[in-house]
Amino acid sequence: MAEKDNYSGMVDGINGLIDRQIFANEKIYSIELERVFTRSWLLIGHETQIPNNGDFISSRMGAESVILCRDPNRKIHVFLNTCTHRGMKVCLYDEGNTATFTCPFHAWSFATDGKLVGVPHEKDLYSKSLDKEKWSLIEVAQMYNYKGSIWATWDKSAPNFIEYLGGAKDHLDLALDSLDGSEGGTEVFGGVHKWISPCNWKVPAENFCGDSYHNVSHISVDMVGIGPSAGSGEKGRRDNELVDAQHLWISFPGGHGIHSAMKPANNEYIEAYKDNPIVEEYYRHCYKERELKLGERARIVPFVGTIFPNTSFHGRQPRALCSWHPNGPQSSQISRFFLVDKAAPKEVKDLVRRYYMRYAGPAGMTEQDDMENWNQATASCNGAIARRFPFNYQQSMGDYKINDPVPGMVSTQMTEENARQFYKCWASYMESQDWGKIMSHPAQTATGNGI
Amino acid sequence: MNDLGEKNKLRRDDYYYRLKQEIEEFLYDEAELLDQRNFSEWLDILSDDLIYFMPIRRNVKFGTHNEKENTREGYDISWFEEDKWTLSKRIDQIHTGKHWAEEPLSRVSRMITNIQLQNVKPTMQEPCEVGIKSRFLIYQNRSENECNTFYGKRSDILRLETGVWKLIRREIILDQNILMAKNLSIFF
Repeated sequence: MAEKDNYSGMVDGINGLIDRQIFANEKIYSIELERVFTRSWLLIGHETQIPNNGDFISSRMGAESVILCRDPNRKIHVFLNTCTHRGMKVCLYDEGNTATFTCPFHAWSFATDGKLVGVPHEKDLYSKSLDKEKWSLIEVAQMYNYKGSIWATWDKSAPNFIEYLGGAKDHLDLALDSLDGSEGGTEVFGGVHKWISPCNWKVPAENFCGDSYHNVSHISVDMVGIGPSAGSGEKGRRDNELVDAQHLWISFPGGHGIHSAMKPANNEYIEAYKDNPIVEEYYRHCYKERELKLGERARIVPFVGTIFPNTSFHGRQPRALCSWHPNGPQSSQISRFFLVDKAAPKEVKDLVRRYYMRYAGPAGMTEQDDMENWNQATASCNGAIARRFPFNYQQSMGDYKINDPVPGMVSTQMTEENARQFYKCWASYMESQDWGKIMSHPAQTATGNGI
Repeated sequence: MNDLGEKNKLRRDDYYYRLKQEIEEFLYDEAELLDQRNFSEWLDILSDDLIYFMPIRRNVKFGTHNEKENTREGYDISWFEEDKWTLSKRIDQIHTGKHWAEEPLSRVSRMITNIQLQNVKPTMQEPCEVGIKSRFLIYQNRSENECNTFYGKRSDILRLETGVWKLIRREIILDQNILMAKNLSIFF
């Protein structure tokens, strides 16, 4: 099927069938790199990782290494990490501070604004030929600093980031805004989880766009209790902050899938973070503050989400941004950084930091079990027989409303609609559709009465 | 990790070797408990105030290694920054039989080598607290054909508690940048 480029046929949302080949096929993978990852908006990092002029971190877009850095005028840039002369990486470090990126190979050097500023023996060897202005580091077509999180795309014609996010923005805000409802104000802990997991990148991306059905997979941590109130005897892997909330599974134009929740009208605070009274008090205080600031809007509380194609977030327990970088058809390089309110007291930072570590990533008690599932599910797609049998995505077919009770294509019961829409959008990229087609979505065409 | 400069190096006398032998036995017994999956018994040799720490290691410029290479205990996100409570939770999780990253259990062999003592308190003759450097090589085989090999360094502190050695601190330096294993589901 891949040969015919019939990607829509491989992700049949009408019947809820997804061809296993999209998680295994080499050719499909290389086309993804070309058609999905050179066009869509990708997460690069966070401005608090590069606070000073000359600061940089290494990151990744698709399968390629990029540099996120701040120039002497405080401007943030994202460059492909490759010398424009002969391709060697100009940055070999995970992070640091520098005036220039000097290529180890032939020592062309580039300023942190990307300009080529040094060419050895330039006068003797290049006086007649080299226009240095043309050989700057390769910079992304668009970059956007959204509340500290840095995003970029290689496509000049892509919608700007805010337009690209659409209604998903309100939900990403739940991770990026301060707990007391003030805009932004989050920072990243030092230490970025980077690891390689033998799964296709779409499997975890889909997992975070609203696969709540896999909850059962985490029964071991739920039995044991590892949440921020576990020391006080609470079971579960997180506190039950959503016990009285209506869970919402929401799909948005552009393939973004969100799982948030809506508190009842009285919006009562549920006690959480009980293992430290100072932390509990902080969350309680912030909850009330947020309600005062946002009113009715404060009823929407976060869970998880995926911003198409490969950025996911945890809104609160734990709170993090994560990229599933394609690393081969059956391998992902994962990076995750963790967020906390910049203004939070030390007790809060300590408690959540330690909770994040025991919850998430390859050493995290919850996510280890995900990794096993993603690995084996991906591996199954190799089978000559197995791949004749599509995956089943028929959960809650048709059970959604448009812009009710919140903007978007909304289910109030567990659903695979977010995944169906994710793959529909994926097919649009894979068939090189224009942005109008990529962003077309049931929630876009309808009018509603969302809050 | 501090290097063992001549200045800090303990004198290699009979007391040193006698204590070293005792400590080596402790570490081999510990490895045996873990390799034999006697996780609850392993928990018993950990002190109640244990710190179990594995930083993330970064590629940094020459000259900045001491301050920048490893993530910081108490401030940053690391692979592990645990206490006895969280380790006991990890063991409880394995014992549920539903922790899919360790169900069925991995086959693991731990090799502990290059053992050297440092910072023996209060005296070599009557030690109550011992700092130990070692290297580990851990082979993990799980499911049908999945293999991970972990090489690295450990920096331990043992304390005598009512006549028995207990582990009060373990710093694990895994010699990897991007973690090559999908999970760190074993104990180091």
